[in-house]
Amino acid sequence: MNFVLLFLITIFSLSLFFYGRSKTKSISIEKNIRLNALPKFYGYYLVLWCSIPALVFLLVWSLFEPVIIKSIIIETAANQGAIFGDKNEANLIYEKIKAIHLGTYFGDMDSILRESALAYAKFINLFTNSKVVLIFGIIIASVIYSLKKIKNNNKARDDVEVILKGLLFVSSLIAILTTLGIIFSLLFESIKFFSVINIFDYLFGTNWSPQRAFVRDASSITAAEFEELKDAFGFIPLIAGTSFIAFIAMLVAVPIGLFSGIYMAEYASIKVRRISKPIIEILAGIPTVVYGFFAALTVGPFFRQVGENLGLTVSSESALAAGLIMGIMIIPYVSSLSDDVINSVPQSLRDGSYAVGATKSETIKQVVIPAALPGIIGSVLLAVSRAIGETMIVVMAAGLAANLTINPLESTTTITTQIVMILVGDQEFDSPKTQSAFALGLTLFIATLILNYIAQRAVKKYREKYD
Amino acid sequence: MTKEERLKKRHRAEKRFRFYGLTSIFVALLFVVILVQNIFSKGSSAFKKTVITTEVFFDQELLEIQNGASQEEIMEADFYDIMIENLIKAYPAKDRDEEDELLKLFSGDAEIEIKKAFLNDNNLIGKTITLDLTASDDIDQLHKGNYPRDLPEERRRISDFQLVIYDYFVENKKISKNFNNYFFNNGDSRDPELAGIGGALVGSFYSILICLLLAFPVAVLASIYLEEFAPKNKITDFIEININNLAAVPSIVYGLLALQILLATIQLPRSTPLVAGITLALMTLPRIIIPCRASLKAVPPSIREGALAVGASKFQSVFHHVVPLALPGTLSGTIIGLAQALGETAPLILIGMVAFVVDIPSSPVDPSSSLPVQVYLWSESAERGFVEKTSATIMMLLSFLIVMNFIAVYLRQKFEKRWN
Repeated sequence: MNFVLLFLITIFSLSLFFYGRSKTKSISIEKNIRLNALPKFYGYYLVLWCSIPALVFLLVWSLFEPVIIKSIIIETAANQGAIFGDKNEANLIYEKIKAIHLGTYFGDMDSILRESALAYAKFINLFTNSKVVLIFGIIIASVIYSLKKIKNNNKARDDVEVILKGLLFVSSLIAILTTLGIIFSLLFESIKFFSVINIFDYLFGTNWSPQRAFVRDASSITAAEFEELKDAFGFIPLIAGTSFIAFIAMLVAVPIGLFSGIYMAEYASIKVRRISKPIIEILAGIPTVVYGFFAALTVGPFFRQVGENLGLTVSSESALAAGLIMGIMIIPYVSSLSDDVINSVPQSLRDGSYAVGATKSETIKQVVIPAALPGIIGSVLLAVSRAIGETMIVVMAAGLAANLTINPLESTTTITTQIVMILVGDQEFDSPKTQSAFALGLTLFIATLILNYIAQRAVKKYREKYD
Repeated sequence: MTKEERLKKRHRAEKRFRFYGLTSIFVALLFVVILVQNIFSKGSSAFKKTVITTEVFFDQELLEIQNGASQEEIMEADFYDIMIENLIKAYPAKDRDEEDELLKLFSGDAEIEIKKAFLNDNNLIGKTITLDLTASDDIDQLHKGNYPRDLPEERRRISDFQLVIYDYFVENKKISKNFNNYFFNNGDSRDPELAGIGGALVGSFYSILICLLLAFPVAVLASIYLEEFAPKNKITDFIEININNLAAVPSIVYGLLALQILLATIQLPRSTPLVAGITLALMTLPRIIIPCRASLKAVPPSIREGALAVGASKFQSVFHHVVPLALPGTLSGTIIGLAQALGETAPLILIGMVAFVVDIPSSPVDPSSSLPVQVYLWSESAERGFVEKTSATIMMLLSFLIVMNFIAVYLRQKFEKRWN
């Protein structure tokens, strides 16, 4: 149906374009007046008026139609005597009703389902019909309005540009909408989670075992279950594991990245730079799932083997393997940014240092790096925020059990691993376990936001200093 | 310490420092080589599959169809007995147990392969043909040399008797390696020898196509607005801060967004390229806007002023002059953004693309997998045969990324104007 409507809107718009162009031409000849814009702009004007209101309406309608129909149908089913314990059962019945309507349902049929399916068909029909009627109403109204305008010889080019400028503005608003969407979707579930689990139990608890939260519905929790849940969602082991793996990663990435950055900015000839820089940046372009595969199947077992030979017990999902590979992934983030930052240190500082007899490395260590320090710190912070938000490497190579440990040979888990583990496969909405993933997501979002904010401020301040 | 000694020491320090820098670059480059070499050495064998050359006799008594049977009749006919009768003749087995072990050397699709041969030529009844039947995963891995045969029997998946049959096959040149058409044409499967990336390729293609259709126009329009039209005010600043932050938000957060808004609220179908494409578009949008703005900014003001001077409106100067000049940079930024989206895994796992999907999706609203998710799924499987399949999938993924990046670099170098 929507495709037919889109097709019709396109056809109408196109024909209005040609109509508007020839109509204004003939008006100008007939009445011998000078048009306020080229004839084609009158065509564009009609096209915009015909299509945009209708398309916006269609989009909004399509977004809300399924939600509204669903709530109406569940309501009617309930009125007819259907009983559902919770949201999941209601969803199940709704899916059944839909399947009956589409003729793909082969299970048991009772009178409630049959009646509801008829009601569903009725509502679908009603909604589709009113959608078509409303769209045509909108098109007719806006076309009449715009035709009147062009007959009065409006300044079509200016009007078209105002509309287009609005369109450009709306496109740039999508970034804000995405941010709002992220914040709302995270907050919405997190608030439900924190209404069951005390936020301090979450932030300072030292035990993470969400699989204990087998209760399906948060609203029907008993006191005994609550006691059980109280200390199942402790955040400390996760943040410890995440920071630990990120720390190992930074131990690898910062020295290698920083030294490569320095070498490329200060020593390398143009030729070396032109070849080595893109090759190092390949490391940032490789999908993280590839690193995860490499860490889990090659590096992890290799470390365990080496450990066995040395008489150590190394977990095959050790924090060391995950951290090392993550560090290698992050090298280019550190090296490229610090390369840029060092390059923008003014040459006069270096020349001054050489003039008093310092060697190149002394100049770098004592003049260039201190001058570039805020920028370098900013780039390291950006790398840290990459490390704690990185998912696939830790999902594949780090452990699942939340151990509080500082032994790099043991397995630890991270925030992102837990989000994936909780949400992969079938989830029950409204269970504290599922909601906890959103609480973790919110924590992660806030943490990376703060890190990025500080990093960007640092880099910006530094840039302004030497501009 | 004399002056000379001090100078020597300082020069040694200089050399050391230089050496550290060179070593770091070398270590980073070395890692690229190790990674690529590791993946290639594991994955390249997956492009071939082991086949066992078998003589198949189409016995009229075992088939309930005649020569010249129609397509539907053949599709419905039972080829199981024909398969069993012919496969057990591949090696002179003594009893039922030995025959069972022999049958296990063939893939689960042997019956279908025989049926396909009959579909190609429906006059085969009473005739004998030689067919290359796909071998089971264990034989496949053994033949490719990925499976150690010197393990004790109880730790091996292949019995001693099966090894005897295998050696007999090798001796009689009945076993060989063919191009692995299943790897490219099939969907996912529990059997490594039948599993393919066909479904994942189509799923990735649809997802990236939807991502491109949504993200590219919005990103270009938004960057044109911010770069050319936006007044310097609080709203514009706020939009800019938002874009910069969104570009740094971990991708898994976009998965949570999609789960809550696209799946739970708007109720789009789970596990589909449609949802994947929208999620990736939201994620890629800020990453495309940033290079788009940079390439618009690189167009010198003289171009705009020239257009305005001959009477163009602001819009005409932007859309007729600035945008075409910025297009190469814009396109290359978009392609790099899409390449990142192609390799993205975490948000797709959250929207349910980890479901086991055998069928190749025929539209963006069919459940499907995607290349990186397929890598994740197979890497979790225990069978040895999936290791080479996973590595080969990574090879495909990496080659797509390399091609996309080369196109991006080419566009930039070939068409981008340098202004100074």
